[in-house]
Amino acid sequence: MTDGKLVVKDKDIVVPGEVLAKGMNFLPGHGTYRNNDEIIANRLGLLTVDGKVLKTVPLAGRYLPKKNDTIIGRVMDILMSGWRLDINSAYPAVLPLKDATFSYIAKGADLTKYFELDDYVVVKITNVTSQNLVDVTCKGQGLHKLRGGRIIQVNTHKVPRIIGKKGSMVSLIKKATGCKIIVGQNGTAWISGEPEMEVIAVNAIKMIEEQSHVSGLTDKVKDFLEKATGKKLEVSEKE
Amino acid sequence: MMSSKYNKRANNRGFEESRPIEARAGVIKKADGSAMFRIGKTTAYAAVYGPRELHPKHLQDPKTGVLRCNYNMLPFSAEERVRPGPSRRSKEISMVTEKALLPVVNLEDYPNAVVDVFIELTETDAGSRCAGICAASMALADAGITMKDMVSSVSVGVIDHQIVVDLDGEEEHITDMDVADIPLAMVPSTEEITLLQMDGKVGKEELLKALEVAKPVLKRIAELQRKALKEKYKG
Repeated sequence: MTDGKLVVKDKDIVVPGEVLAKGMNFLPGHGTYRNNDEIIANRLGLLTVDGKVLKTVPLAGRYLPKKNDTIIGRVMDILMSGWRLDINSAYPAVLPLKDATFSYIAKGADLTKYFELDDYVVVKITNVTSQNLVDVTCKGQGLHKLRGGRIIQVNTHKVPRIIGKKGSMVSLIKKATGCKIIVGQNGTAWISGEPEMEVIAVNAIKMIEEQSHVSGLTDKVKDFLEKATGKKLEVSEKE
Repeated sequence: MMSSKYNKRANNRGFEESRPIEARAGVIKKADGSAMFRIGKTTAYAAVYGPRELHPKHLQDPKTGVLRCNYNMLPFSAEERVRPGPSRRSKEISMVTEKALLPVVNLEDYPNAVVDVFIELTETDAGSRCAGICAASMALADAGITMKDMVSSVSVGVIDHQIVVDLDGEEEHITDMDVADIPLAMVPSTEEITLLQMDGKVGKEELLKALEVAKPVLKRIAELQRKALKEKYKG
């Protein structure tokens, strides 16, 4: 057997069809496949080498539903047994009656009392099937219907950057603007607060989205927020 | 080899040399993925939307996703105004484009969904379906669609027994010599041919030879496509 050899470097951008490694010493993970003794990328992404496993982290593309993700959905249809939500993906999610609320829903009750068409709801994905049927729940901490505020769409792959390490980035914006902010893993974000502050928060999020690859972004965002709000921000010395 | 009357190309271009190529990814911000591919005076833009829900529902396939390609020439793209809307020609090219791309796209990852590819040509001077396929394949990759490899495409031709790569409009319209125009698309890693059409007369030997000549050119185009995609994420 030949020795395994990595052809590209860790953290490189790879494109579909690019040979990542030769030989049998590596294993193909997500976003890669094996063709005889070569491992090849099958989507555009950032290569990560995790021990012997090679995988690509996607940089672009639609949201693919994943179990336990907290997302924001829009009610697009009301069914016999629940609600259908648009979750900004190729597949809609279903919120069944029993997972919608803690209160008792009588048989034949008017479901619009709980969620009306075009309402936005924070939900958590409970299950995704092989056919990408998505089940969600609205029972749990921080899961609820959204009232007021505004909704914006961001690139789903930039969501981790917007949230930051342990939520550092988003809490910075929250502190500076006094807005309530929820960012769903599917790239839908909700912001509610003083109208002027909402605009500042939106701009800050758009800035993070555009410059997600820049290092020292936290400081930049802090400067931006201080300038925009005219308030001095205390630095949390934990990063 | 027989001596050919066609012994010199315009602009001192070599017989196995393509026109200058420019490729860029992410040119249409609204789309999930997009790309521009220019070869000489032919420019194609491709935008990819999806995977998204497929309507009407009866077109959905629970086993696999669906790829929909649409090739369109803009009215001002050629010397003669192109009547807007689908034509027999554009329908055919949409179909062959789809078939050229299908072997590489992992549509099984998107059951019941559709991936839409819109190809618009702003400028055409021969080789427009090839430019369209190159742009579409880049746009699909840019949209994060899973695919085994990218597809590159170019046309080869035989002008009076002389094999030439990437004919331009002038060469296509030569009337005093026999001209064959062969649009080709290939998966670079496996050398699998996914598009092969022909217009004109050509012998078997020459056709096989032309396919060989096209290979290195297609591989060079594949390199350019990859470079353009990586360029988008640099700095």
